[in-house]
Amino acid sequence: MKTKAGIEINEQIGWKAISPGGIVTEAGSAQHFKTGDWRTMRPVWLQEKCRQCLLCAPTCPDSSIPVVERKREKFDYDHCKGCGICVKACPFEAIEWTKEIK
Amino acid sequence: MAIRERLSGNEAIAYAMKQINPDVVAAFPITPSTEIPQYFSQYVADQAVDTGLILVESEHSAMSACIGSQSAGARTMTATSSCGLALMWEMLYVAASNRLPVTMAVVNRALSGPINIHADHSDSMGARDAGWIQLYSENNQEAYDNFIQAVRIGEHAQVQLPVMVCQDGFITSHSIENIELMEDEVVKNFVGQYEPVTSLLNPHEAIAIGPYDSAAYYMEHKRQQAEAMKNACQVAKEVATDFEALTGRRYDYFEAYRMEDTETAIVVLNSTAGTAKSTVDTLRAAGKKVGLLKIRMFRPFPQEEICQALAHLKAVAVMDRSEGFSAAGGPVFAEVRSALYPLEQRPQIINYIYGLGGRDVTTQHIEMVYESLFDIMETNDPGEVYRYLSVRE
Repeated sequence: MKTKAGIEINEQIGWKAISPGGIVTEAGSAQHFKTGDWRTMRPVWLQEKCRQCLLCAPTCPDSSIPVVERKREKFDYDHCKGCGICVKACPFEAIEWTKEIK
Repeated sequence: MAIRERLSGNEAIAYAMKQINPDVVAAFPITPSTEIPQYFSQYVADQAVDTGLILVESEHSAMSACIGSQSAGARTMTATSSCGLALMWEMLYVAASNRLPVTMAVVNRALSGPINIHADHSDSMGARDAGWIQLYSENNQEAYDNFIQAVRIGEHAQVQLPVMVCQDGFITSHSIENIELMEDEVVKNFVGQYEPVTSLLNPHEAIAIGPYDSAAYYMEHKRQQAEAMKNACQVAKEVATDFEALTGRRYDYFEAYRMEDTETAIVVLNSTAGTAKSTVDTLRAAGKKVGLLKIRMFRPFPQEEICQALAHLKAVAVMDRSEGFSAAGGPVFAEVRSALYPLEQRPQIINYIYGLGGRDVTTQHIEMVYESLFDIMETNDPGEVYRYLSVRE
């Protein structure tokens, strides 16, 4: 995301250039904010058990279960906060609930 | 031609609002500021203004509505007092840090408890670090003039900060005095059309306001906000120059009253300055070298200028119409004494807490303050620096 003056907003930007009040000038910019390191528990997708019922994807509060052509794909660990809702939603035990090891 | 009228402080503010004709006013009534939205609602009912008047259920909501409205790009105003200002607390910081130049009339009243509806500065002094510009007014004329100038100061592109225009509850807000009003067209041209730097209703630029700010960015935003407050010093000066050209009335960061060849002075805000000027005149007539410094702009705090103005004195008394409960003096005292620190030869300086909860302040009380300064000058010993004026033992 850039400021009105066209300067890229990242952790190098100084106080003179940063947007007043932190206004957001771009739609969908939440994806730039990686929340994956908040995670203490990690959902692991067991592809062989998955029947692609897609009950998990809409329950994710962070859109971290990407669906492409009616099939779910691997977790987006950059944004998954490890809430575990998808683990409960899965009827086939195809999402394993493990400790996050860093 | 200016219009000669007689108005109360509240009427003067409501009249300034009418002349400015803001896009939105959102307010909740509280004594002694109630009359401001009350008079203004009559202007709305009479279609004398185009303003959208939002009557809300609390002051927290009033300030929230102001924030929403100003974010949308609308020139927005409100008025409050005392506990009303306290209930806005959380939102005051949001308005300032989101850089929204809301203009607010604060009619100073004591905070509870015990419950008290009369004048003191505990409300606005408590909000002094919320990031709002604060202007203080001695009388109805200054309240009117400050309110009109406040719009230009806050909205300036280098500032973009909200402004409180303070006056003493009842003493100023409900007393009718002569006043010189500007013509409607003159006010309209002076404040101009509001051109927000960014706004939610701009169809050419989609933005979101008030996002979460992580530790990696928050400090840069605070530093930038601090710079805006510094910029407000220069902008306030420029606006005052333009205002003087139109009205002949001169405004500065403070008024130095009879400060030439002065040995002692008191520092004071709002209506007590009027009382104290009378005492200064009496003492001057008796050959005493006394003066007065009336602070008009408390935020941003004109530290260097105040230091210069007081540097040549032998003894100074800073008057605080609010307790800070620091057990070391009131908020104005702390700032003024700190401003004098760079001097090699500092004046002796004491603090008087006075006029809490509307306790009357007379010329005799002010004379007592000068008498104590004369004693200090003679002995060169300030004694107890943290004092109370006219409190029963």
